Amino acid sequence: MREASSSAGTTGGDVLTLTAEGLYCPAGGFHIDPVRPVERALVTHGHADHARPGNGAVMASRETLDIMAIRYGEDFTGTRQEAVPGEAIRIGDVSVSFHPAGHVLGSMQVKIETAKGTRVVVSGDYKRQADPTCAPFEPLACDVFVTEATFGLPVFRHPPVAEEIGKLLKSLSLFDGRTHLVGAYSLGKAQRVIAELRAAGYERTIYLHGALERLCSYYQAQGIDLGTLEPVGRRAKELAGEIVLCPPGQLADRWARRFGDPVTAVASGWVRVRARARQRGAELPLVISDHADWDDLRETVAETGAGEIWVTHGAEEALVHWCRQQGLAARPLNLIGYGDEGDAAEPAGNVEAADRAAGIGSTT
Amino acid sequence: MQRFAALLDRLSFEPRRSAKLALMTDYFRSETDPARGLALAALTGGLSFRHAKPAMLRALVAERVDPHLFELSYDFVGDLSETIALIWPAAAGEETAAPDLPEVVERLQQAGRGEAPGMIAGWLDALDETGRWALLKLVTGGLRVGVSARLAKTAVAALGSLQPDDIEQVWHGLSPPYYGLFAWALGEGEQPQTDDPVPFRPAMLAHPLEARDMEVLDTADFAAEWKWDGIRVQAAVSAGRDGRLRRRLYSRTGDDISGAFPDLVETLDFDAALDGELLVVIDGKVQSFNALQQRLNRKTVPAKMMRELPAAIRAYDLLALGGEDLRERPFRERRAMLEEFLKQLDHPRIDLSPLVPSPDWAALTRAREAPADHHEGEDAAAIEGLMLKRWDAPYVSGRPKGQWYKWKRDPFRVDAVLMYAQRGHGKRSSYYSDYTFGVWREGEEGAELVPVGKAYFGFTDEELLEIDRFVRQNTINRFGPVREVRHEPQTGLVIEVAFEGLNRSTRHKSGVAMRFPRVARLRWDKPPAEADRIEALLALLPQDEATAIR
Repeated sequence: MREASSSAGTTGGDVLTLTAEGLYCPAGGFHIDPVRPVERALVTHGHADHARPGNGAVMASRETLDIMAIRYGEDFTGTRQEAVPGEAIRIGDVSVSFHPAGHVLGSMQVKIETAKGTRVVVSGDYKRQADPTCAPFEPLACDVFVTEATFGLPVFRHPPVAEEIGKLLKSLSLFDGRTHLVGAYSLGKAQRVIAELRAAGYERTIYLHGALERLCSYYQAQGIDLGTLEPVGRRAKELAGEIVLCPPGQLADRWARRFGDPVTAVASGWVRVRARARQRGAELPLVISDHADWDDLRETVAETGAGEIWVTHGAEEALVHWCRQQGLAARPLNLIGYGDEGDAAEPAGNVEAADRAAGIGSTT
Repeated sequence: MQRFAALLDRLSFEPRRSAKLALMTDYFRSETDPARGLALAALTGGLSFRHAKPAMLRALVAERVDPHLFELSYDFVGDLSETIALIWPAAAGEETAAPDLPEVVERLQQAGRGEAPGMIAGWLDALDETGRWALLKLVTGGLRVGVSARLAKTAVAALGSLQPDDIEQVWHGLSPPYYGLFAWALGEGEQPQTDDPVPFRPAMLAHPLEARDMEVLDTADFAAEWKWDGIRVQAAVSAGRDGRLRRRLYSRTGDDISGAFPDLVETLDFDAALDGELLVVIDGKVQSFNALQQRLNRKTVPAKMMRELPAAIRAYDLLALGGEDLRERPFRERRAMLEEFLKQLDHPRIDLSPLVPSPDWAALTRAREAPADHHEGEDAAAIEGLMLKRWDAPYVSGRPKGQWYKWKRDPFRVDAVLMYAQRGHGKRSSYYSDYTFGVWREGEEGAELVPVGKAYFGFTDEELLEIDRFVRQNTINRFGPVREVRHEPQTGLVIEVAFEGLNRSTRHKSGVAMRFPRVARLRWDKPPAEADRIEALLALLPQDEATAIR
C-alpha cells in the first residue's frame, strides 16, 4: 500500500495547489470553482456553492454561463469565455478541456494537461445515473482525479429513479385529495423530477413555486421537454391532487400553508437515511440524487486509472480509506464552502442537540 | 415482504393518524392471507423471534463490510438495523427471489439458534434496502413506526362497517394470521367464535362535566365516586373449557399488560371481570403516579421492583361474574354485586372504590375541591377528581352520551417563559407549534430560566398564529427545526401552562417533569421577570421527592 501524499512534490501537487479561494493552478493562473472572487475562474456548474459572482473572468460551458447570468445578473463577471465540450485550449502553460459531468444541465469536469503530460481531472459534482436533462458523464483517463464525495459512505446507493417516481405517483393515487408538494433544488433536481414524471407518463400540468420558474423556462428553451408547467401564483386549495414543486426550504415555510394538508415529498439523496428525511420534513422521501453514490464513486475512481485521488468535499474519510485500501494515493482536501445547494439557506440541524441544549428530553 | 416493507416505510414517515389508517386499510384490503394477518400481528406486537439479536446481526455484517467503513456509516445513520439494511452488499451470483412475509415468519420461528443467522443473511441478500430494513425491524421486534395496536385494529375495522371495539372484544381469543377476523371485517364471514374465557370487554368512558350539565342534571340520578390517579384496567379471570384458570389484566385500550404485573395477576383467584384503577399501594397508602409509571410498559419486571412497588386494584365496577355477563344490568345492581363480591373475596390487593355522598352539587363541589376532607387517610393526594355514573346506566363500550361524567380537579397552573419553539408535524409543519418553556431559578450568575416542560396543544388556531409570529420575529438561535427565542426579564412571551401533576425526572435539567402540560393562556401582558420560580413547582412535589432535588 502506498502512503498518502499530502504535500507538494507529488504529481497532483505540481499542477494544483490549495488556496483560501479553493483549488488553484499556478501554471495556468486560474482557480476552479473558487469560493471567493478571483481574477480568473473556471466553473464546473451553476450551483451556488460552485459558481459565485464577482470574478474577473469566468470560463464555463455555455449553459453554466447562462445560468450564472440568470441567477446573478449579466454583470456576474468581468469577462466570460464559453468552453466547448471536448475542445482543448491553452491557458498559460497548461492545456484545458471541459467534459460533461452528468450532474445538471451544463455541468462539466475540467481536464488539465501539463507540458510534461500529467493529466489532472477535476470532476466538480457528478453522477453516473441517466438524466434526461443533461449530457451523461464522460469517463476520462488521468493521473490525478479530484473527486467529490457528497455521498461517500457505503450506505448511499441510489435506487433507480423510476422507482422513486413510482412512489410519488402511487401516493398521488392513494391521497388524491391532497396536494403533493415536492421539495427539489431549483437548478437540476426540479427539472429532472419533472422530466422523469413525464417519462413515467404523468401528463397533467405541474405547478411551480416562483423560485423555480426561470430555470425551468431556461431548460425548456434549451429544448428539454418538461410538458405543461404553470406557476402556483395565487392558487391554493384548488391544487388538491396536483403536483407542486418548490425549493426544499419552502416545504416548512408559511408559503406551504395555502395547500391545507399537503403530502410533503423531498427529492434528495440525503433522504435515504430516515433521520435525515425526517429532519427535512419529508413524509414521502424520494431518493433522487444528482451526485454519484458510493458504488459509482468507486467505479469512477477505478475507471479513470488515476494513481492519485484527491477528495474535495463530502464524506472524505470513507472514500480516502477505501482508495488507500486499493493501493491508491489519496488525500482529503476538506474544502470548505461546498455542499448540497440549498443547505446553505437553512443549515441542517439536529433536534436532539437543541433538546439537549434546552435540557429537555422528548417525553412523548 | 416487499409490500409489507413498503407499508412500514410509508408509516414511518407519516405523521397523520388518518393517513396511517388509510395506508394500513389499503394494505389489508389488497394483501392476501396469510401475509396480511402476519402483518397485523407484527403491528400489534404479537410476533417475537428468539434468535434474532443485535449482536448476531452485527456479526453478520462484520463478515461482509470493512469495519472502519461500517463504523463511519453507523455513526452517520445512527440506527443499527437501518445501517445494516443500507450497507448490506449486493450478493454475488444468481439473484434469489425475495422472501414473502409468511415464509420469513414461519421459517424463523421454527429455526434453531444455529440456523437463524444463515437464514437471515440469505433474506438480506434477496431483499432491497427497504425490504432489509423492514426485515430487521420485524425480526428484532419493535417496529417503531408510530402505530399502536389499537390503531392497527382500527384499520382492520375500517375494512367494513365494524367498530374498533367490536374487534377488541374478540381479539384476545384470536391468533395470527387472523383468517376469521379479516373475513368478518370484510363482511365475508361471521363474527369469529372464540372460546376465550377471558375476553376484553371494551371500556365505558366518561365525558368531561361542563357547567351547563350542572344546571340540568340531578345529582340524585348519579352515583359519585373518586377518580383515582392510576391507570384504568380490567382484570378478567375465568376457567376455560379445560378447567384451567385464565387470568388477564387489560389496559383501557385492550392491551394485555399481565406480563408487567405478575405479582398482582397471580393472586387473582375468582371467576369474574372487574373494572378498576391500577395503583401502587404501600402499607395501605396509594403512591404517586410516578411510582406506578416505573412499572408500566415492561415486558418483564424485576423481583425487587415487585417488592418495592406492589400493584393493587381499586375496583369500580363488575362486568361479569361466574360466567354471567352483567353489562346489561344497571349500575345500581352491578355496584351492589361488586360490594358483595369484594366482601366475599377479601383480597389483600383489591379494594372497593368508595362512593362519595352526593346530596347536591354544592356537596360535590366541596368534595372535589378538598378530597382530603371527605376521604380518610392519606390517599386524597391520589385523587384526580370525581366520577359521576348514572345509577340506571348499563355498561356500554365507548363514550355514550349522558351516562358517565368525569369532573376533574382543577389543573395546576404556572406562568412560564417560552424558551424554544419547534416546528410541528404534518399539518403543522410550517408552524412553530411545540414549545419548551422555563421558570426562574437562582443560578450562579443570578436569576436564570430553567426549562421545565414542553407543550404542543391547548391554544386556539389564532393563538398559534400569534405565537408563530412571535417566534419568527424573536429568534436568537436556530438548531434545525428548533428556534431559541428571546427570553429576557423584560422581553419574551409568558405562557400560563396548565398541568395535572408533577413528577421527579432525571431527564430534565430542572429535575421535574409535568404531566399533561398544555397552554392555558398567553400572557402577553406579563413581563417574563414576573413568571413563576422553580420553588413554586417544587412545592407541589411530595415532600421526600422535593428534598431529593433540592
